[in-house]
Amino acid sequence: MSHDSSYKPNSGFERWMDERLPIIRLGADFATFPTPRNLNYFWTFGGILTFCLVVQIVTGIVLAMHYIPDAGLAFDSIEKIRRDVPFGWLIQPIHMVGASMFFIAVYIHMFRGLYYGSYKAPREVLWILGMLIYALMMATAFFGYSLVWGNMSFWGVTVITSLVGTLDEIIRGTGTWLLTQVLGGYSVNPATLNRLYSLHYLLPFAIAGLVVLHIWALHVSGNNNPTGLMVKKDSDTVPFHPYMTVKDGFALSVFVLVFAWFVFYVPFYLADPANSEPANALKTPAEIAPEWYFRPYYAILRSIPSKLWGVVFFALSIVLWFFVPWLDTSRVRSAKYRPAYRWCFWLFVISFIGLTYLGGKPPEGWYVIWSRIFMVYYFAYFIILLPLLGLVETPLPMPNSITESVLGAGGGAPAGAAASAEKR
Amino acid sequence: MAAQTSAAAPSGQTSDHGEGEHSRRDFLQIMAGGWALVGGATALWPMLAQFSPDATTVAAGVPIEVDLSPIKEGQAITTIWRGKPIFIRHRTKDEIDKARAVTMSELKDPRSENAGLTDDEDASDKNRVKAGKEQWLVMVGICTHLGCVPGGQVMGEKKGDFGGWFCPCHGSQYDTSGRIRKGPAPRNLEVPPYAFLSDSKIKIG
Repeated sequence: MSHDSSYKPNSGFERWMDERLPIIRLGADFATFPTPRNLNYFWTFGGILTFCLVVQIVTGIVLAMHYIPDAGLAFDSIEKIRRDVPFGWLIQPIHMVGASMFFIAVYIHMFRGLYYGSYKAPREVLWILGMLIYALMMATAFFGYSLVWGNMSFWGVTVITSLVGTLDEIIRGTGTWLLTQVLGGYSVNPATLNRLYSLHYLLPFAIAGLVVLHIWALHVSGNNNPTGLMVKKDSDTVPFHPYMTVKDGFALSVFVLVFAWFVFYVPFYLADPANSEPANALKTPAEIAPEWYFRPYYAILRSIPSKLWGVVFFALSIVLWFFVPWLDTSRVRSAKYRPAYRWCFWLFVISFIGLTYLGGKPPEGWYVIWSRIFMVYYFAYFIILLPLLGLVETPLPMPNSITESVLGAGGGAPAGAAASAEKR
Repeated sequence: MAAQTSAAAPSGQTSDHGEGEHSRRDFLQIMAGGWALVGGATALWPMLAQFSPDATTVAAGVPIEVDLSPIKEGQAITTIWRGKPIFIRHRTKDEIDKARAVTMSELKDPRSENAGLTDDEDASDKNRVKAGKEQWLVMVGICTHLGCVPGGQVMGEKKGDFGGWFCPCHGSQYDTSGRIRKGPAPRNLEVPPYAFLSDSKIKIG
């Protein structure tokens, strides 16, 4: 389904180049790539995410020129960046808020895929690549947060690295040994900070590589769209440029406005005050909570009153996302035509948001009870509802083509196309 | 079809000096590939080994000596060994009696978790302390759930329902022998290797 190249080298240089490295052709094919004509604004988040990655890499490289990866100096060096480095007051908060904006965008992107069935054949590999990017994003964000070496950084690293110690519950001693290897010491120590710094610098480039594969896979299968139908004819599509470049550009402008509001007015709104205090190995903060984007999984970890099973379900809650293409048995992609699935989807969204909220609350009383309720639904959604609904649900009537969904059965539909499908 | 035929040729049924199914070339290829794997794995070893604690960290993990004389009955201090908080509590008679009154069936972790004893010793209070020094409880102050530092060392901190320690992170509760009684932690607080040098001095490590 990868579209045929319509590029014609015009000048002598272009022809010369085209026979050696057809990079101009690559760009031209990108611009003319046929995209479904009915894409809504939820489809602009791919471009927004690329923007986020570039922002994080550029600001990160600059920050690394001033940051000191030394347990004794790290915390102060960040304070110094904010106060003494020219424009440090701007660059550091962009990087810090940028992490949250990145996750806001990625969650919208993921849930859009979940709603419109963007993971279904032939887009399974595209989906898995996206999930790998998400997993690396979480690792990178966690490592980056640790570099602040505030008290929440320190205890966050302590709690998360000690998850590998759970192996002790299976084979005594292995977890402790592995934990020592991970930390480079008997507890979180200066060596730990340095290895996390090294990885924090490395992983964004691994993400960039996966993004290239993700876009490549997208260009092979083509965009999904709100109807979930495959592109069948030319009238179903419009060229990427100028239609999508303009649409993406407008959405990006709005996104940047929100981004800027956080950076300029409330840079610490999403941050934990405990991290404004330097790391202290003897003082655990009163409430340990990760950044908001990890909280759904953290809430699951805490909801289970056993260390081993808590970790198992915590890991499972992330791994399940990778298997969605095979867990969902429905042949219909878009939730637009799946009345029962639509309900389950929105309940899942509510559970996810609920877990995000509860992951930041102390693990007691009603908070624990609601965490457990949402957690049960979280797993039921993946393991029971996705496989079952595809078998029992009756989908709504669907249009015959993307064009028909936009223009109605009469307009644009080729003569002879069945015109009985319900108008939407 | 043509491509398949040519691709099959190197596996060599009749090619080269082949005798039967396996030619000398196959043998050489397997040996060369095998050695390349061995070489690759060997080269990887230092890259993995560097993750271990370095010599400075290991050297800083040597035993430490702690003077117990300033700790009055009912008081506790926290010192650091290998970057970990070490709880030393001078227990009262009442606390010792409470710990000794507990039956094994009430304990979540039946093992002593005492580095000075073998794994099969039970978690009775006598296995958590040194004989004749029952008033001194020495433990690594790290919750066995996810590594937070439990409260209960300082006056005014929550000690939980069992009068020992309470972890603020996820609510694990330890008794006056440092044994897990309630909450998600799977194990009793660890007793590090230590020895009495005199009546009022111990060596940890």
